[in-house]
Amino acid sequence: MPALRPEIQYATLAQQSETAQLGMWVFLATEVLFFGGIMLAYEVYRTSYPAAFAAAMAESVIVIGAINTALLLTSSFTMALAVHWTAIGQPRRATGSLILTAGLGVAFLALKALEYYIDYQDHVVPRLGFEIHGVPRGPAELFWLFYFYATGLHAIHLTIGIVVLSVMIVHSWRQRFLPQSHNLLEVAGLYWSFIDIVWVFLFALIYPIGRVVS
Amino acid sequence: MTDVPVDFTTLPPERGTNYLTDEFTIRSWLFTTDHKRIALLFFASITVFFFVGGIAATLIRLQLLTPGGTLVGPDVYNRLFTMHGVVMVWFFLIPSIPATLGNFLVPLMIGAHDLAFPRLNLLSWYIFSLSGLIVIYAIVAGGVDTGWTFYTPYSSMFSNGHVIAAAMAVFVNGFSSILTGLNFIVTTHKLRAPGMTWYRLPLFVWGIYTTSLVMVLATPVLAITLGLMSAERWLHVGFFDPALGGDPILFQHLFWFYSHPAVYIMILPAMGVVSELIPTFARKPVFGYRGMTYALLAIAVVGFFVWGHHMFVAGISIYSGIVFSFMSFIVAVPSAIKVFNWTATLHKGVISFDAPMLYALGFVGLFTTGGVTGLMVATLAADVHLTDTYFVVAHFHFIMVGGTVSAYFGGLHYWWPKITGRLYNRSAAIIAALLTFFGFNLTFFPQFILGYLGMPRRYFAYPPVFQVWHVLSSAGASILAVAYALPMFYLGWSLLYGKRASANPWDATGLEWLTASPPPKHNFEVTPTVVRGPYDYEISEDGRSYARPQA
Repeated sequence: MPALRPEIQYATLAQQSETAQLGMWVFLATEVLFFGGIMLAYEVYRTSYPAAFAAAMAESVIVIGAINTALLLTSSFTMALAVHWTAIGQPRRATGSLILTAGLGVAFLALKALEYYIDYQDHVVPRLGFEIHGVPRGPAELFWLFYFYATGLHAIHLTIGIVVLSVMIVHSWRQRFLPQSHNLLEVAGLYWSFIDIVWVFLFALIYPIGRVVS
Repeated sequence: MTDVPVDFTTLPPERGTNYLTDEFTIRSWLFTTDHKRIALLFFASITVFFFVGGIAATLIRLQLLTPGGTLVGPDVYNRLFTMHGVVMVWFFLIPSIPATLGNFLVPLMIGAHDLAFPRLNLLSWYIFSLSGLIVIYAIVAGGVDTGWTFYTPYSSMFSNGHVIAAAMAVFVNGFSSILTGLNFIVTTHKLRAPGMTWYRLPLFVWGIYTTSLVMVLATPVLAITLGLMSAERWLHVGFFDPALGGDPILFQHLFWFYSHPAVYIMILPAMGVVSELIPTFARKPVFGYRGMTYALLAIAVVGFFVWGHHMFVAGISIYSGIVFSFMSFIVAVPSAIKVFNWTATLHKGVISFDAPMLYALGFVGLFTTGGVTGLMVATLAADVHLTDTYFVVAHFHFIMVGGTVSAYFGGLHYWWPKITGRLYNRSAAIIAALLTFFGFNLTFFPQFILGYLGMPRRYFAYPPVFQVWHVLSSAGASILAVAYALPMFYLGWSLLYGKRASANPWDATGLEWLTASPPPKHNFEVTPTVVRGPYDYEISEDGRSYARPQA
């Protein structure tokens, strides 16, 4: 059982919880600008080279992208469930839900790896046998550069999220979260949901918007 | 004027009575979570980098003594000014006031026992140290010749320097900056003592708070940009290289989206320091307290919308040039409010010219000069003539060195008795403050003239007609070097032999002066309850001054 006493700089546990959550919100503000910078640069080039980007985008594997979106959205739901079940005192269900959340994250990464492999087979990886026909090579390559840069950074964030969730699973398994005190889980949930939201934007930018349906 | 009052009744502190004597092992420093100790760790690190950057500056000024470029060749010269810029901007100026004075003082000033996230605070120092090691590697391995701006495609395709190592150093450094800023924002929101409302916060805390907003929102964009640039160099792909479909102007947009607000990361805390010093040494409440807070916020916000003024001649459209020029003029308004309010605070004050006050007054003059010349380079037509000349160099050194470094030294002298519990030699400090002001002006004012006459920046040699101004500038630099080195001696001396300081040697009003000098490990024995705003100074009919502490 953890000692229910705030650290020296806090007056109450409630103050400590609020502070930790505000800390995560501020961190997420940083993250918004981090991914925002990439998305801005991407949009600048998409506006500059609409034809090349449309042609390059047509090569992206939208089926896997869509399945992955569904996986991550579901994982945010199970994450929220885990917090809910902890709050109403059902730690076993909470633990199960956390395991499911992390599992969905791992499934996302596995599919992403498969997608990268398919991209490689399709000769769309810059510097690794990149081929494209009918449009200027440079701008088309730009699409794929941003694709790998953005989804790669997202995958790093997701991997960190899975590591964090693993710690949460251990805590939840050992019943260290109490209905009135599970702040760490709340903070982890904020981060996980953010990764999900970033993906929703990345999915929209990479796969469907401006896609040429053949 | 009287000498600083000394409390001789204070006995030498024994082990465990304050944060310095709490424990003596190296481990107790390297694994500390005490914001005061972490502040001193940062102080040690950035002092090293201040001298590394200073050595580069010295060599630059020696080189420019003669027109022919006799000391080093163009390639080495490029590496010198790049090293000077990278080290001074990211490894000294950005962390200077926030990570040292801010770290030490924010919890004390708001009546907290530590920052919100003490372990994160320590992590920030370790990340800073890691980035410092990387930049030292980049320097020792042969340096970088791109200039601190890393403009593409030169940096990503043509430069033969250690661009990726330097960019990674800045990238890692950014995390330190973000975590420190995050900690200050959350601490200011959540850990204020009872009664410490937002409008009772000392202006230094407001300065650090607004700085932190900029750190958190601007730094990630620099990280992403340098990441793209490094990927371009590493893989030879075309994010920004026009030959491969990229747009070098986009790099400049993204770079300056961070790097212009970065100037406000440097100047806002400096304004905070000066807003503490002037009321204390004029014995008057700061004029227009609320206006000062709104001005800080306005500078932080508007500062995000002026970055394009670095790119007037880079090929942006005339219309965006007009907008950026206009926004740059807008940012001068809150800056001017601050200068007017400091001046009004001095009006009819009982001013004592101690070293911290001399630094603060120097700041006001130099910042004003730097700001007004900033308007000149923000004027579209004038910038065509002035851009990339020594005029720009002089302008930003007036802000960053004349402004920020003066305030940093002023703050260091003001809070030195609180940090170390010792008093330093007052006359030596006054001499150093005066030398700083005169040395600075002699170094950089001639550069305005040089630039106006057409001397481009970053040139390793120049026509003989410019030599007289360069000689003046180099002469000033040697005075400035003495002025910056002096405190090392008398402050170091004070650590060993200085008189012990009382809790409140300047008779000031902030919460940090309520606790002992140096403060105990957790700052306050009892959390103070704040009953009034800062700067409650009053001068009575007979000319005596009174200061009412905040709690």
